[in-house]
Amino acid sequence: MTGADVLLLALGAVAVGAGALVVATRHLVRAGLWLVVCLGALAGDYLVLTAELVAWVQVLIYVGAVVVLLLFAVMLTRAPIGPSDDLDRPGWAAALVGAGSGLGLAVLLIDAFRWSRVDLPAAGTAERLGEQLFRSWVLPFEVLSVLLLAALVGAIVLSRPDIGRRSTDTSAAQPADEGRRP
Amino acid sequence: MRPVIPYVTAALLFGLGVYGVLRRRNAVLVLMAVELMLNAVNLVLVTADTTVKAVLPHSGQVFALFVIVLAAAEIGVGLAIVLQLYRLRASVTVDDVPLDEPAPAVAVAPGGLPTPEAPGTEGAVR
Amino acid sequence: MSTPTLWLAAVLPAAPLVAGLLGLLLPPAPRQDRAAARRSAVALGVAGAAVSLLAALALLVRVDAPVEASTTWVDLGGLRVTLGLRLDGVAVLVATAVAAVALAVQVYSIGYLRRGPHDDVDVDHRYPPYAAQLSLFTAAMLTVVVSGDLIMLLVGWEVMGVCSYLLIAHDRRLPEAPGAAVKAFLVTRVGDVGFLLGIALLGVGAGSFRIADVLAHDYGTGTLTAACLLLLAGVAGKSAQFPLHTWLPDAMAGPTPVSALIHAATMVAAGVYAVARLFPLFERAPAALAVLGVMAAITMLLGAFAATAQDDIKRVLAWSTVSQIGYMTGALAVGAPAAALFHLLTHAAFKALLFLAAGAVIHAVGTTLMSRMGGLRAAMPVTFWCMVVGLGALAGVPPLSGFWSKDGVLAAAEAAALDGAGPTAAWVGWLVWLAGLVGVAVTAWYATRLLLRTFLGRTRTPLLRPHDPPALLRWPVLLLTAPAALLGLAAFAPWFADRLRVPGDDTGEAVELVHLAPNLILPFLLLLAGAGVAWAGWRRDPAADPARFLGPLRPVFARAFRLDDVQHALVVRPAGALARVVRTGDELGVDGLVEGSGRAAVEVGGGLAALHRAALPRAAAGVLAGALLIGLAVALIGVTS
Repeated sequence: MTGADVLLLALGAVAVGAGALVVATRHLVRAGLWLVVCLGALAGDYLVLTAELVAWVQVLIYVGAVVVLLLFAVMLTRAPIGPSDDLDRPGWAAALVGAGSGLGLAVLLIDAFRWSRVDLPAAGTAERLGEQLFRSWVLPFEVLSVLLLAALVGAIVLSRPDIGRRSTDTSAAQPADEGRRP
Repeated sequence: MRPVIPYVTAALLFGLGVYGVLRRRNAVLVLMAVELMLNAVNLVLVTADTTVKAVLPHSGQVFALFVIVLAAAEIGVGLAIVLQLYRLRASVTVDDVPLDEPAPAVAVAPGGLPTPEAPGTEGAVR
Repeated sequence: MSTPTLWLAAVLPAAPLVAGLLGLLLPPAPRQDRAAARRSAVALGVAGAAVSLLAALALLVRVDAPVEASTTWVDLGGLRVTLGLRLDGVAVLVATAVAAVALAVQVYSIGYLRRGPHDDVDVDHRYPPYAAQLSLFTAAMLTVVVSGDLIMLLVGWEVMGVCSYLLIAHDRRLPEAPGAAVKAFLVTRVGDVGFLLGIALLGVGAGSFRIADVLAHDYGTGTLTAACLLLLAGVAGKSAQFPLHTWLPDAMAGPTPVSALIHAATMVAAGVYAVARLFPLFERAPAALAVLGVMAAITMLLGAFAATAQDDIKRVLAWSTVSQIGYMTGALAVGAPAAALFHLLTHAAFKALLFLAAGAVIHAVGTTLMSRMGGLRAAMPVTFWCMVVGLGALAGVPPLSGFWSKDGVLAAAEAAALDGAGPTAAWVGWLVWLAGLVGVAVTAWYATRLLLRTFLGRTRTPLLRPHDPPALLRWPVLLLTAPAALLGLAAFAPWFADRLRVPGDDTGEAVELVHLAPNLILPFLLLLAGAGVAWAGWRRDPAADPARFLGPLRPVFARAFRLDDVQHALVVRPAGALARVVRTGDELGVDGLVEGSGRAAVEVGGGLAALHRAALPRAAAGVLAGALLIGLAVALIGVTS
């Protein structure tokens, strides 16, 4: 067992543990925070696997933006700060399917790789990854930017306050005392 | 480096994600579980990058970058939907979303984005 | 057959058939046009009957030897069905009788089916379908009479049954009419099954259904006996012989002219006619004749005794018909078809006369119950004397027609009993003879009772307008009185007797219809005894019913020995139970299967629809579980292959 393996094991354990807490905890906000821990551990995993750019992008975007967005959503939907009882539904189906998929995949992968070794490749620095991105993968890169634009526009459109009202407006008469709401 | 370790980690994370999607009732928590699944996939891709000698070097990591971008886009749109749902129903419990009912009429200002006071248009019948 | 004869014979059933079909196809008239529709219906009915009567009279003059014409209609692989006419003296005489009675009934119905003195409101008598059905019936009976092919005979036979059903149920105001019609139809149907099987047996044996071929074919004794016994079933049904007699008294729910035509003069005589037509076959099957003899003897006495205790005048006449046809079948059983046919002709005359006269009485009094009649002689003298002639003929008072024909039957039975003449055993002759003699006495008794209760004594129901019936009702009665009185004397005419020759009787000897012998006196004495007893009983108390002297037997006779109830218990109730079982099985089993498959399909569809509308969590679980299973499958296949 090399140092890399030890690190991978430790970080992996942290990630799995944090992930388990994300799906099991009764505190909404704490779920978001455990997600931060999990994603951070994964970023560490990437570093060990010499994927430097991916690791820092993970921290930036996932931990920095996505989780923050999730926490904003938690706040905007008036989530209770303490523990809540009604977060889960009966778990037998979930446990079955979840365990099945997780353990099934694990078995598959263990069966495929056993205890083999590989040598770590050259580090995936920004320079090297940039070279690949803007040479071989330029078209998907551009498409992705269009997709981001679409997501942006979509998010704005979906946030409009009058959504779903336009078509019903013309047929129904509005009561006179109904004022505008922000 | 034994690749089986990150692979198994990824598999377990994926299973946890599936469990979370099926177990959680709050829409935001469901999205969090989905993020777990996506991250598991990312881990697999990055590890595969080390085990597979691809024609294009580092293609696994490139794919992982793409997945991160997609996840960001998805979370933006998804949370916009969740917030709109909350506005309409004052609850984000996934169980309560009926699939065969038209959207209920909610007291929202008739017509257009919220504009500054337009004299005489309050309560106007459209 | 020469062409004019052929045409006349074809016109005979065709004229009333056309009249009937036209009448049925006429559209129903609205209320205000009812009179016009009635007029056209009257015209059609009378015209049809009159044309066929003219044709029959023409044939009576022309046909003096058996003639036949037929053409093959269908050849079922060696089995020939023909359309044909077979005329001999018997057929022509019977056809004349049928056509004459039909014309009389058509004319009579014009006056009968009209608002009477006892009707409060003008009911819709539905004359057009009535007249059309009468015409159709006449056509069917004439088909039976002139048919040269057994299948054609069967067709006419069945159409008669249908018309009888329709006509019995004609008066919709009577609650018992539909039941009586169904009973008549079903009981005769039971007999008709046997008739059909008998015909099939004969036809298959001979390879053709033509009567000439059937008569000429040499059957084995077993086949012949079986076929004849089966034919007797149809005869028992149609001619109301024991045990299928139960329908005839109930059929009196039909209008009286219908009773006169169908249930006295023609349809019930069709069975006798059929046996007479096929008599050469019956001669070769003595067992069938023996069975016929037993049936005849029982029927003679059953009908006579039942008639003694009835209160309804039409029922007396109905049971009397049953008994008199017993005489005819008895004559057939002892091997004297000529005597049977002679009695058939006189019976047609006097029974139609009796029914029509009774109808006039019913029309005037407004009820059919003799307990409400009485003292009508002064009010309706013409009807009274016509009734006297009719009842005299029925009882066998010389020189009226019934005397000669009944005597012919008794003489034939006596000859079979004492001298062993005829194809049957002597005991059959004894049975028929003794039953016939007893029947004479009883017939005289009930005929006298009917006359006394109806016309003599004190008036129990005063008439609204005491007078004889109107002309339309009176003239048919008057005209029928002539043959009722005089037809018997025709037996002395050789051309008449010759015409009643049995088909296939090639001997040159004259047919002797009347036997002027000393043993003519015996029935006459019995008649006097019966009539005298009835008259004496009536004299003791003119207001009371002479039937009271029957004492404890009276209710038994009135219910005709409760044979109706026996039939109900043995046949009707098991059939009803079986029908219920079958119906339940059909509804639960067959229908259940079909509807169940429909319901199952709908429920499966509903289940699938519910699955589609599953809530999000369930849908998500479904999708992910599905993906897992597919992944497992792929992995396993990948591992094993």
